Amino acid sequence: MKKGIFKVLSNTKLCEKVYRMELLGDCSDITASGQFVNIALDGLYLRRPISVCDVNGEVLTIIYKVVGKGTEFMSGLNAGAVLDVLTGLGNGYNLDKCGEHNLLIGGGVGVPPLYLLAKKLKAMNKRVSVVLGFNTAKECFYLDEFKAVADEVIVTTVDGSLGVKGFVTDGMMKVMGYDCFYTCGPEPMLKAVYNATEVSGQFSFEERMGCGFGACMGCSCKTKYGNKRICKDGPVLEKEEIIW
Amino acid sequence: MVDMSVNLCGLTLDNPIIPASGTFGFGYEFAEIYDINILGSISLKGTTKEARFGNPTPRIAECSEGLINSVGLQNPGIDKVIDVEIPKLLQFYKKPVVANISGFSLEEYVYCCEKADKIDAVGIIEVNVSCPNVHGGGLSFGTSEKSVYEVTKAVKAVCKKPVFIKLSPNVTDISAIAKACEEGGADGISLINTLLGMRIDLRRRKPVIANKMGGFSGRAIFPVAVRMVYQVYEAVKIPIMGIGGVATAEDVIEMMLAGATAVQVGAENLVNPYACKDIIEKLPEAMEAYGIKDLKEIIGGAH
Repeated sequence: MKKGIFKVLSNTKLCEKVYRMELLGDCSDITASGQFVNIALDGLYLRRPISVCDVNGEVLTIIYKVVGKGTEFMSGLNAGAVLDVLTGLGNGYNLDKCGEHNLLIGGGVGVPPLYLLAKKLKAMNKRVSVVLGFNTAKECFYLDEFKAVADEVIVTTVDGSLGVKGFVTDGMMKVMGYDCFYTCGPEPMLKAVYNATEVSGQFSFEERMGCGFGACMGCSCKTKYGNKRICKDGPVLEKEEIIW
Repeated sequence: MVDMSVNLCGLTLDNPIIPASGTFGFGYEFAEIYDINILGSISLKGTTKEARFGNPTPRIAECSEGLINSVGLQNPGIDKVIDVEIPKLLQFYKKPVVANISGFSLEEYVYCCEKADKIDAVGIIEVNVSCPNVHGGGLSFGTSEKSVYEVTKAVKAVCKKPVFIKLSPNVTDISAIAKACEEGGADGISLINTLLGMRIDLRRRKPVIANKMGGFSGRAIFPVAVRMVYQVYEAVKIPIMGIGGVATAEDVIEMMLAGATAVQVGAENLVNPYACKDIIEKLPEAMEAYGIKDLKEIIGGAH
């Protein structure tokens, strides 16, 4: 973990309520995809945990959805704004356990962390298929970015306005021969993914956090391997340890 | 050069800054980001006889200048704390620590305190009396003079080391409770624990926290803490560890003027993991600004 001062380079609306922010600062503690940063915001007591979408040298990219006071405040920040950010939080996705053909499954704002993961897997010369699930075509983002990186991208929308009609599990059925998967999204989606495949994989969970670095025990969960803190021992858990 | 050292029941602390229980784990994880040996001491995560998972999540709710937590004393149990957690901490921390003990019956307090007292690294036992008494209708031990006196007396009978009782602010007369601790033989008082609070989610129309209520802490409670430390300082002769909303070196001075010999930093650690380090580094400057050469001399100075 590192505490650093980051400068906002850009803050762009991708679609309704979803923004991409690029930040300049010391990213040296961000060692894995699936990690998150915790951002201090003026007038709000707790930091806001946001997953890492991409890192290029000193440029950190995050994608967030406006869901409350914190993200609303963030959406109003302009280039040049300065933020106090804790980086290198969480375990992130484990690439040692990746397969030859990896399926990445993201839902809504669970999509962003899979982008850096896809890049890392491609750098390892692994096959990458991606299923991205959204409610409707208007809420889709980052499709072209994923298409530029992954071998195969399948989009699902609940209303059928783009791609496969249905849920990510409907998209998963169209991918053949994967031997490992990684997923991030709302808990009902994670559970559906868990039940939709026999293959082993890694799940990134979300929980209301206090500190984000393991001190307060605010975000604990029970696993088959004992109690874990989502922020420090997670947010990525292996399929085999999850207790629903 | 200013003198930041304080004396707490015969223990000399290099400075009065102690991370408060529940906001610093068992300390060793903070050693990854700074040298924790700069701390006056460390109050360890609240420990019970048996391992506890704690309360269901969500356990955290944000407030203005603070947060509500309902962790529910998650800890691995006294035996694992002694066998695993404290030895891990000792790889990084070489000074006496404060063992924070909780219980749901008199027997549990006695059992854990007796074990903690035998550990070399433990310099002070801090007894959290904010937990519900399962034999007393679920009311917190800390809300009645009688039960606080009983816990203190029972724990003191098995401890050779100084015993501090950590008081709940959710009482009508904090001075009377503190006096009962002193009469029971307590060597000191820690206060305040968190204030009982609640937030309600407007969308769901339900409390944010799964357990509905939780303990409110953070900068917002600082004035309440200062007031209670001030009152207790007038009521008892034993030393006080002041806790509640401390976030700056100036807060430390204010808390000591109210009557604290040592000062614990709690919630601030959760929003700034470097909080204790920052405060310790800024304390000499703040002391000079207020004409303080020796921190010990200002204890209770506001009275």
